[in-house]
This record gives sequence, C-alpha cells and structure tokens, in this order.
Amino acid sequence: MSVNDTVDTAVNAAAKEWKPKIVAFCCNWCSYAGADLAGSSRLSYPADVKIIRVPCSCRVNPMFILKAFERGADGVILCGCHPGDCHYSTGNYYTRRRMTLLFSMLDYIGVERERTRVEWVSAAEGARFSKVMNDFVAKIHELGENVKVGDLRCKQ
Amino acid sequence: MHKIGVFVCWCGSNIAATVDIDRVVAEAKVQPGVVFAKDYQYMCSEAGQNIIKDAIKEYGLTGIVVCSCSPRMHEATFRKAASQAGLNPFMVEIANIREHCSWIHKDKEEGTEKACVLMRAAVAKVTLNTPLKAGESKVVKRALVIGGGIAGIQTALDIADAGFPVDIVEKNATIGGRMAQLDKTFPTLDCSSCILTPKMVEAKSNENIRLITYAEVEEVSGFVGSFKAKIRKKARYVKEDVCTGCGVCMSKCPSKKGLNEFNMGLNNRPAIYIPFAQAIPNVAVIDSTQCIKLNTGKCGLCEKVCTAKAIDYTQQDEFIEEEYGAIVMATGFRPIDASKFDEYSYSTCKDVVTSLELERIMNAAGPTGGVLLRPSDGKHPHSIVFIQCVGSRDVSGRGKPYCSKICCMYTAKHAMLIRDKYPDVEVHVFYIDVRTPGKNFDEFYRRAAEQYDVDYIKGQVGKVWEEDGHLVVRGVDLIANEQIILNTDMVVLATAIEPDPTARKVANMLTASIDTNDFITEAHPKLRPVESPTAGIFLSGVCQGPKDIPETVSQAGAAASKVIGLLCKDKLTTNPCVAHSDELLCNGCSCCEKVCPYGAISYDTHLINDHGVKETRRVALVNEALCQGCGACTVVCPSGAMDLKGFSNKQIMAEVEAICL
Repeated sequence: MSVNDTVDTAVNAAAKEWKPKIVAFCCNWCSYAGADLAGSSRLSYPADVKIIRVPCSCRVNPMFILKAFERGADGVILCGCHPGDCHYSTGNYYTRRRMTLLFSMLDYIGVERERTRVEWVSAAEGARFSKVMNDFVAKIHELGENVKVGDLRCKQ
Repeated sequence: MHKIGVFVCWCGSNIAATVDIDRVVAEAKVQPGVVFAKDYQYMCSEAGQNIIKDAIKEYGLTGIVVCSCSPRMHEATFRKAASQAGLNPFMVEIANIREHCSWIHKDKEEGTEKACVLMRAAVAKVTLNTPLKAGESKVVKRALVIGGGIAGIQTALDIADAGFPVDIVEKNATIGGRMAQLDKTFPTLDCSSCILTPKMVEAKSNENIRLITYAEVEEVSGFVGSFKAKIRKKARYVKEDVCTGCGVCMSKCPSKKGLNEFNMGLNNRPAIYIPFAQAIPNVAVIDSTQCIKLNTGKCGLCEKVCTAKAIDYTQQDEFIEEEYGAIVMATGFRPIDASKFDEYSYSTCKDVVTSLELERIMNAAGPTGGVLLRPSDGKHPHSIVFIQCVGSRDVSGRGKPYCSKICCMYTAKHAMLIRDKYPDVEVHVFYIDVRTPGKNFDEFYRRAAEQYDVDYIKGQVGKVWEEDGHLVVRGVDLIANEQIILNTDMVVLATAIEPDPTARKVANMLTASIDTNDFITEAHPKLRPVESPTAGIFLSGVCQGPKDIPETVSQAGAAASKVIGLLCKDKLTTNPCVAHSDELLCNGCSCCEKVCPYGAISYDTHLINDHGVKETRRVALVNEALCQGCGACTVVCPSGAMDLKGFSNKQIMAEVEAICL
C-alpha cells in the first residue's frame, strides 16, 4: 500500500463521515424567534439542523414529516409555542394531537420513535432552543443513519 | 420560465466570517431557475437594495432569494425593495444564514455548507411562490388600555390628546396603581401623589377617556384594527354615578376586619371603603367577603346612612362589549412574596417589612400618619437594616433571575429620607452591587452614602432573627472579609418585582408572547420595544420589563404614539398569506370549519364547472379578512383542497426535499 493510498483512504473516510440530516419545523411566532434568539445569543447547536419556517406548528402536515423521512432525513423535530401560548390560540393543541397519532404510525412503519420529536420553545427561550437541538442531534447520532422510508415498488 | 436572483449578504463580518460567501454565490448560480447571483457587504443598505432593484429590472427576475439575517428582521425591507422594482413583494424569500447559521457555527466549512443548503431550500420555495395581493381591513378608531397605573394613564392621556377615544380597564376600584402607594420618588424626592393625582384627575375629566374600574377584560377576539373585547364590570354594590364619596358609610360600617390592601395590609379597613382619599373614581366599593349584609342578610347600616341612596346590595356583574382598533397592555407589577425567604423571618417578625410596606409607613396618609414606627410595638426605631436584592438576581429558583432595576434607588431614597428626618436612626444597607445607571442616579446614591452617612455594606445577609425584643442580623462584609452581627430595630427587604399575576392571562387572551418570567415580549428588543409581536397589541410600563417611573412614562408615551399611528389609518393592509380552498377538490365536509380559531370558514352552495361537468356543490369559503393564516385547516382537509398561500404544501415539500438532498 503506497502512501497515496493511505491518504486516499483517510480522505474517503473523512468524506464518508456520516452527517445526519435533520429537518426542524419552527413556528414563526415562538420557536423561529427562539432560534433567532439562540443565534443572537451565539448559543451553538450542530449545523445538521436546518430550519423550515411555518406560520404555526399546526401548519405542519404529517405528510411533510413522512416526506422528509422518505427523502432520507435522519430526524425531524417540530417546535411550536408552549401550550396555551399559541399565537393563533389553539394551533399547538392540534399539533399535539396530530403528532401523537403520527408517532404511533411511525412506530408502525418502523421509524424509531426518537427520530421525531415535538418541543415547545418560546420566543424568549434561545437557550432552550439550543439545548433541545443539541439533545436531539445527540440522540440521532446515537441512533445512527436512518433507513430511508420509501415505496419498494419504485426501486424495481 | 423562472428567473430567480440570489443575493448573498455579508452583514459586514457577521456572516462573511463563518460563511464562504463566494461558494454560496457559486452554488446559487447552478441552482435550477437561478439566472443571477451576487453578494454585497450590506444588502439591507440603500446600495444593497439598489443591486436587487437593478437586477430585477435588468434580468426580468420573477423571484428573488436574499441570503441574510432573519426574515423577522429584514423581510419587509426586501419585499419593499422588490415591489419598488416592479416585482410582487411576495416573490421574495429569505434564507436566514445569520441567526440560524453564521452566528451559531464556528467552523467555516460547516457554516458554508449549511448556508448553501438554506439557500437551496429558499430557491426551491421561491420557484413555487405566487404573486399575492394584500387585502384591506377596517380600523376601529378606539383604543383599549388594560391597567390604570401611571403607564396606562399616560398612554390613555396621550391617545386621548390626539383625539381618539380610549377606554381604561382597571381591575381595582380606583386607578393610580402602584405609584399611588409610593411616598416620594427618586432622584428628585418629589411627592408621588402630588405628581400622580393630577394625572388621575385629568384622565377622569378627559372627554375622550372612559374609565372602567373594578373591571377585567374577559375575552378578546379579532385582530389588529378590529378587536372585540368583553369586559366584566364587577359588582361594587354601590351605584357609581350616585355615590358622592362622602365616606360616611366607611365610618359607620361595623365590619372593620378587612386588610387594607392600599396600605399593604398594615392596618384594617371597613367592608365598605374608598381605597384612598384621592381615589378616582371617588366612589365606595363593598368587599363582598367582609360585608355582613351580603353574607348574613343582616346589618344594612351603610344603606341607612347613605343620603345619596347609592348602596345597592342586589347589584350584579355587568358586561361591556366594545370594538377596538388597538389594545395596550399596562398590567404593571407587584412585589414578590417575601415569605418565601425564611432566612429573613418576614412571616414571623412584624418588624421585618418590605420596601413597599415601609413606603406606606413613611407616607403621611399611611397607617402611622407618616411617623416612622416599628409595626410590632409602635416605638421609634433607633437602627434599621436594609437588605437589597431580596429575590432579585436569584438563580436558585426561589426568586427571580433578573435585576429588578428600581431597588438600589428606592433603598437609597428610603435610607436618605430616614436619615434626613430622624438623624438619630442608624441605617445600614447590605448590597451585592449598587446599580445606578440613570440621570442623576449615581449622584443621588453617593449623597445617601456620603452626606447622609448611610452605612453601605457589600455582602449578603444569611439570617435575621428576633431576640429580646429586637432583631439580630447576621451577614457578611465582603470587603472586610468578615462576618458581622448587627442588633437592629427594623429590617427592610428590597423585594424583587414581578409582573402582575393577571399579565399571563391577559397575554394569552391577546395572543401576545410572554417570556419565562411573565414579562411580555416586545416585537424587537431594540427597534420595536413597545409593540408586541402580535399586530395591534402594544406594551406600556413594567409589564414589558422592570422600569422606574420616568422610563415607564416615556414608554407609555411611545406606546401611545404607536397606537395613534395605527388609529390614524383608515384601512390596514392584511396579511395575504391566508388559506384558500380549491373548489374543484373541496367535498364540503366541514372539517376545516371546525378547526378554524377565527370562524373564517363558511360554506356556500354554488354552481361549479368541473372540467365541463356543471354541478351544484357545497364548498368551503375562506373569509380573507378574518383568516390569520395559521394553516390549521390545511392539515385537516381530507381532499387536499385547502392550502395556505405563501406556505403551500408544495412549497414546504420543496423545502424539505432541498434540505434532504
């Protein structure tokens, strides 16, 4: 084995180092603002988390989460205002109920429960946002790469 | 054919330091639909905006993505710029590569990669954007101020001066709030009542102001420009328009065991009472828990002595419903409960008082007529110990993590006033830090320490206990680095202040954001400090954060000017990102109607041309003026007919795909 080969292997290993893909849905009024506060307070969390802004957590159709898993996401986190604090008064209650159902469905189709999470983060909780994201990413690292959810018929 | 332009902002070094801007631009250029990509140091500046405007015109851009700070910061700026260049403002998307990227990631490689992904997602979304047109809604030219302390009074006066009608809703029987309880104000030592009561009178006599006292807001619906509020006016058992405030009922009332709230419970008041002599309205109120007539049916003395015939034991709570264009929260504060701090023996020793209690003791209209007397035996104290930061800057969980801001100054005031009036009294102050950032504040504190010989001791108190009729204070002097034990006659606790407990309820009703300490969150901490993120809700006074009287008054004026700015408008543009239903897909099931928190969805039966087949069907209709765009309906719709403009299923799916690529 030449020196170049060793270097190549090292480069390949580095290139192959697994980076989880994590989608975070954040409601515009609380969690997105909480993420902004985490930013302006320079409270870091892994770059694997990519945030999608939605008006309210109740805008998140469970289909979006399934779509993310279908496209190879390793974790999906949905953040909204604390119960009782929803900008639209009741949106996060809908979210809570819908997600309970989705969790059960994800169990059924074999996506680990811990890969999806619902968290309440207020606009003032920058520190909490960062902590939640750090925790979540650590958990996803523990679980490892996700199996892509998909229609086997499409692969034939 | 899409022609997308991508504009990457450096934000000086805020973004450029951790994101390789050139790589983001290069990556942008190869995204499908992108015909132009450029970076600039400050995209939000005039020059930066001109780059965007010129590119829109030159390349005929159909959509733009700005990679910059949070859309909460500059989305409006870039939308305006796009619209000035002839592009629909809703064809603009922001990739937040500052707050969500450069500020939190230190590794440039990681940061750049993430910025590229965020840019990609925004490009994927913008290609699916559709031009939207904002609608219009009416503005009801009346404001509601919740809370009748100095903040609420000042806001109402300023709004009324501009010619708009204002209602003040105050939960207590009189307006005036906490300021009415204060004796003197720092740093000028003005008498608090002398500067407040004229304002209270002004509020009462102003023809544009309606005072609704002894009342609470029960329900609020609607949105900026047209809120609907339901106000419960609690039964006073006294006819407000008949009572002359003569006070004869108070002297005859046999039930005198109610704690005098105005004097912080230091003495008692009758069951029928006027909170204090300068109360506005100067009308009695019956405490239904103390009144013998209301509880047993016997007595009725006040009714017999009332020459104005104002007493009405059968009075019921009344409801007032009114429409408002804007609502101001001025719910104020209260001192925290000092009994949580056992070490200071507040609940067991009468001579341990809070600062607000001392304020009443020092006040000429207070329980001792303004003579400094120990509450336990009514004797003159010869030594007083003040303990600062009781419950403030406390991260143990018992108190509040924040600095209450006013305590250093009011303690200096109390110490100075006592030394001035009673030079024989020794005054010691235990402090962690003395914080006096304000006009003439530090001079004031130095005067207390230097001219009035107030003994400031840097350190905290560990325990206070009673021994042989006096109090013993054990603390530590951090400068001398030794424990000290002081014998004293009175201990005054500078208790932290907390938002009034009603604030959370009111904030929830108004869907105003509230932080973990129950202070109302402002729309932007620096640039929009008197507005709540919820349009049409404004903040005045301590409900937003600890502040002293001058700050409260200036904030109250600022809130008023924002309200006036809103009420001056005849029409408001509405958020066009609302739900809409595709009538070809809608099956009329009513699922969306049930989840809509605004009642914005109704049903109509009409003739539909479904690909040549004409049919009469029942379909959902969204009232765009009522819809606030939460999207709850989009998820429940079983047929996929309901979608949200600006955040459509396709757009969010495209973002998900771009991120997971």
